[in-house]
Amino acid sequence: MSRYSMRLRIKRTYELEGRQIGTDRKLKRHFYNTLKIKVDGRPEDAVVNVGDYIIIESDDDDNPYVAQLLKLFCDETRKVKKALVQWYVHYCEVPKNKKKLLGRAPHPQEIFYYNDPSCDSEVDAETILGKVEVKHIKVEAPFPETQTNNTLYVKLSWDTKTFKAIDMGLTKPWDTVTTPPKQGTQSPVVESPKSPPPSASSQRGPALRALPTPDPTVMRRASSTSSYTSRTMSTGKIRSREAESIHSASKLSASKLLSEKRRGRATSGPAVRKKLELSSPGKLIEEEMLSKLMDEELAKKVSSPTKTIELSISLVPLMDPRKSRRQEDEEEEAFPLEPLQSPDQPTAATLDSQDTTRDLHGPSDDEFVEEGVTRISAKTPQRKATPRRSNLRGPSRTPSRRKDLSSAFREPSLGVLEEAEHEHSPAEPAATPRSKRKSAQLVSGKILKQLDLLNDQEVDSDGGEEDLFVPSKIDLQSSSDEDGMNGSDDELVSRKSRRVSSSQTPRSTDKRRSSTRTPRKTPSKKAPPPAARTPRRATPSIPTRTLPARNPDNVLEEARARLHVSSVPESLPCREQEFQDIYNFVESKVIDGTGGCMYISGVPGTGKTATVHEVIRCLQQSAVQDEIPHFHFIEINGMKMTDPHQAYVQILQKLSNQKATADHAASLLEKRFSNPAPKKETTVLLVDELDLLWTRKQNVMYNLFDWPTRRHARLVVLTIANTMDLPERIMINRVASRLGLTRMSFQPYTFKQLQQIITSRLNRVKAFEEDALQLVSRKVAALSGDARRCLDICRRATEICEFSGGKQNGARLVGMSHVMEVLNEMFSSSYVTAIRCSSVQEQLFLRAVIAEFRRLGLEEATFQQVFVQHQALCRVEGLQPICVSEGLAVCQRLGACRLLLLEPSGLDLLLRVRLNVSQDDVLYALKAD
Amino acid sequence: MSKRKSRETHMLLGECLSQVWMLLPRLWECCCFRHLLELLRRTAVHGESNSVLIVGPRGSGKTMLLSYVLRELLEEKDVNKNVLQVHLNGLLQTDDRIALKEITRQLNLENVVGDKVFGSFAENLAFLLEALKKGNRSSSRPVFFILDEFDLFAHHKNQTLLYNLLDVSQSAQAPVAVVGLTCRLDVLELLEKRVKSRFSHRQIHLLSALTFRQYLEVVCTQLSLPSDFPDSRFSEEWNNSKLTEDKSVEDVLQKHFNISKDFRSLHVLLLLALSRVTTSSPAIQPTDLVEARRLCAADYKANILHGLSILELCLIIAMKHLNEIYEGEPFNFQMVYNEFKKFISRKSRSIHNFEKPVVMKAFEHLQQLELVKPMEASTTKIQREYQLMKLLLDHSQIMESLQRYPQCPTDVKQWAASAFA
Repeated sequence: MSRYSMRLRIKRTYELEGRQIGTDRKLKRHFYNTLKIKVDGRPEDAVVNVGDYIIIESDDDDNPYVAQLLKLFCDETRKVKKALVQWYVHYCEVPKNKKKLLGRAPHPQEIFYYNDPSCDSEVDAETILGKVEVKHIKVEAPFPETQTNNTLYVKLSWDTKTFKAIDMGLTKPWDTVTTPPKQGTQSPVVESPKSPPPSASSQRGPALRALPTPDPTVMRRASSTSSYTSRTMSTGKIRSREAESIHSASKLSASKLLSEKRRGRATSGPAVRKKLELSSPGKLIEEEMLSKLMDEELAKKVSSPTKTIELSISLVPLMDPRKSRRQEDEEEEAFPLEPLQSPDQPTAATLDSQDTTRDLHGPSDDEFVEEGVTRISAKTPQRKATPRRSNLRGPSRTPSRRKDLSSAFREPSLGVLEEAEHEHSPAEPAATPRSKRKSAQLVSGKILKQLDLLNDQEVDSDGGEEDLFVPSKIDLQSSSDEDGMNGSDDELVSRKSRRVSSSQTPRSTDKRRSSTRTPRKTPSKKAPPPAARTPRRATPSIPTRTLPARNPDNVLEEARARLHVSSVPESLPCREQEFQDIYNFVESKVIDGTGGCMYISGVPGTGKTATVHEVIRCLQQSAVQDEIPHFHFIEINGMKMTDPHQAYVQILQKLSNQKATADHAASLLEKRFSNPAPKKETTVLLVDELDLLWTRKQNVMYNLFDWPTRRHARLVVLTIANTMDLPERIMINRVASRLGLTRMSFQPYTFKQLQQIITSRLNRVKAFEEDALQLVSRKVAALSGDARRCLDICRRATEICEFSGGKQNGARLVGMSHVMEVLNEMFSSSYVTAIRCSSVQEQLFLRAVIAEFRRLGLEEATFQQVFVQHQALCRVEGLQPICVSEGLAVCQRLGACRLLLLEPSGLDLLLRVRLNVSQDDVLYALKAD
Repeated sequence: MSKRKSRETHMLLGECLSQVWMLLPRLWECCCFRHLLELLRRTAVHGESNSVLIVGPRGSGKTMLLSYVLRELLEEKDVNKNVLQVHLNGLLQTDDRIALKEITRQLNLENVVGDKVFGSFAENLAFLLEALKKGNRSSSRPVFFILDEFDLFAHHKNQTLLYNLLDVSQSAQAPVAVVGLTCRLDVLELLEKRVKSRFSHRQIHLLSALTFRQYLEVVCTQLSLPSDFPDSRFSEEWNNSKLTEDKSVEDVLQKHFNISKDFRSLHVLLLLALSRVTTSSPAIQPTDLVEARRLCAADYKANILHGLSILELCLIIAMKHLNEIYEGEPFNFQMVYNEFKKFISRKSRSIHNFEKPVVMKAFEHLQQLELVKPMEASTTKIQREYQLMKLLLDHSQIMESLQRYPQCPTDVKQWAASAFA
């Protein structure tokens, strides 16, 4: 799903920070305490300390790896930053067959201490995504009730064999410390799009805490003047063009700057950008807006509450601003309840709200535009909410921020806010105007009081708010279903009324408009299947039969069933050596956790694919018995795809069940295999019919052979093709070189091997005479050594035997005569028979062709020339000559059978004729007649 | 009475065709028919995958054999409703993309909505393969893939479709029977070696080794009415007419047999004869058959010559002479015109001296009739008079049609016989 993949696209820069705490001379490592992660579009960095729990990029975007950071170090050049970690595994990472060992249903938030010495505990620091909260719980203790999905719990350890209680000595002392600041300073990436709950709490938190103590400095700042005009202009620019706005950031207020940055981050979700563009209210004239507002208002009253809620919820990645929005709405809603509320504050339903809101916020027009600015900022993740709110009740908000700064490290929920403040600080003066403007309003005092009241209210509404977030957590795509999960009806109603009240202010309308549009975008981006796509999800299957398949009921039928190529033999005889070689190769790679390529060649029907499958089966068996580590087996076949680049799609799909276009799949796979994040399983990839993957630039082959050479890929590639010298013939040097020299060629089977194959397949079913078997195997060995052919011949022989024997006795043996018949049927050229069976004139025509060839001394003649000969021959034979049309028809008939080779017709008499059979064959066939 | 007769006589057309159905099993009962029937039955009943090719010249009854086998097979209780059929034709499914869509449509897989198949080529292939892979011998319904014009499928890119179908037939997936119909004897050489290896090499050759006696019997059977014909008196009369014993009929049939043994052309011949049956002569007469044969054997080019003007005919004759003089080398209009002029100047009692443009027009008409053909397609550079041409008529055709040309001037005839006459 897109939550994390969104994150993957973000560029991060990593910096080791703090004092160098030690150096390992031998290994040439410098140890550090802290890692700072700078993320593009985030003004401030996430800091990860040694001992923190971290999440590490994995190939499954939904389940990043969890680990505890033990050491941070870099090499001499300081370019390669590494981290030593203690792994934790999710339940889903436990091999399937071991899952039952847990003996209970896993808690969704549960992870296991991963105790496997063989696992590479050194990761590239650049794969660290951020922090996560992990709590150790006693085995017997129940899982705590959680509202958030951000905390993970550890009860047991997993050592690839069993689940055990954790030896507390193993864990570091800091494990047990809950990490509130971490929560706050957690990598922004993690917190903003992925985990709404903490953001929710962080949003609410400051508001609650902030209210009591208005900071005089802020008040002062708020009352200072600022130029609205410049800001509004730049705002307009932002609205119209995002890219531009980044450049004009200097002109923006701090909050805008902030929002810009965040938006930069958020743009990884394309929906966001769209939304921003859509939401720009700049072009709307006020009257229009007003009328629109009224319309919407009316519409809203008519429409069911769910609808609006749905709209508001569907913006999942941007949940937080919306959330804050709602909070505001809530707050606003609270106003009318409040006796201190300004008298002109409308009740929810009044239509003159436009004016009143403006009264509330200040009458000036630039004020109105300013609202637009804040609205934009509100769209980006939650921290924007903060300035936004401060916007509304500037004086009251700002102090809270001040306070947050100080308390940031004490309280987890404040962390985010602290961060926001952090972002703010450079552009502090720009931020002031807003609050100043607010403070200029007369109502500010009242608002303050209202906010006081709000404290209580918010506490009350917590439950509902929490509900709001649940769906977004669960599924980004199913936004439309969410209101169903939102809880009680009155909750919905109340929310609706909030909506309504807020809708009266111009900005909220705007906002809603944006939200009405975004959902439309979002599903198309994220939810893969709109109507036409649904069939993709269809499970492919052939209808089942109405009657059960009959089982073979006599010896010959039994033999036939066993001799079918498709029947899986108990073992593969005659390929022991090859089997052993491949087995050793793959096993060693799997055990070492390295990668490699192998090229297997051999003519068709020599058991290449079967042997590889057998190897994999054996390896998987021993993996089940824990003799070797588990691995993932994927098979692709060049013939079973429409285009070489489909290989990427198929590999990706089999690897992680994702669907992507070829290009995207290629980049995902590239990332996956080149990524230093540890793979706990080796992947064994079988590429059948390799030659079909040839492209002009050979990039598919290049990638396939390049990935195993990557250090972290853990990829074993087995390739199969028919020709021994394929690498030399079709591959350019850099591809052939990567394929390496681990090659194996399957020789065609000898007659003894073929005989053994048949015998082992028959497995004591007595259906063949010994001689008959030998005849078959010798014949096939002499021709091609193709085991398939051999089996097919035997199968056909049983049929012939059965027919010739009639129904009376089922216990007949297939004898020489039957086999001979089959061999005749399959190997004799049909040309001679065809010539013998053709009509008189056709035979005559063939003779005429030969006669004409002899006359001309060439192997080609025109129809006209042959026809003259033909007529002469007719007279010799005493037949009445045929006319040209008939002669041409005869010629075309012979051409259709490919006894003659003809030019594409239309040339009539000038048609050139060649023989497709040797003249001797023709003469032989005709003479015997 | 006469009315009823006429109705019944017209019914014969349909009857005649449907007779073939009754006839065929007798022809192939010996080997091919049973082979194919057993093969398909095993797929249907035992879930054994198979592949087979039916090879035979055009008109030898490949499709008919198959449809008869299928009909017979589907009458069996444990086969009926237990199999799926997919019919493809190489002339219709000209590439794998179309073929795949057609297969998915006919199998009615789940990515089919109505008549439309969704998804790209790659998705369809993956989907179909997945579907077939999920099946197994015992539980999934057998699928008969019938590929008409099998050789054309071998020309598809990489032979992906054939490879996959044959691969399924050679592996433990959903049971399939791949039946290919083709008239090319060298069809196996078209297959790539890995595709070929997966093919079971069963070929059923439909080559009729009929003798003329057997052929006559077939004709008799074809022309006799079944016993359950409604009007018994009429059918008796009809069946008692000893048509094939007539010498001229035998001659006609012998000639036809010499040219082609296939039953399709025989049908055409008999149908032509049958269509001459009227209520006034309610039986096929030998003359009908002779006339039908004449129609069949007519040379279409000679027929065209009959409709030409004398001038055009003269040009043809001039060209014939040029062909003789220059031994088949191409000629141009100017040469033909000169030849024609020579003829006129020497002795033209009946032919006027035509203007050159008129002759040119006549020449162009011949070109439109494709009796003469330009050597090169590009006509832009060379003047029309000098463009090299070839005559698409045989010497014998010209002479024959001259013989039968109505009121052909004798001097023209003489000129045709010899250039210097």
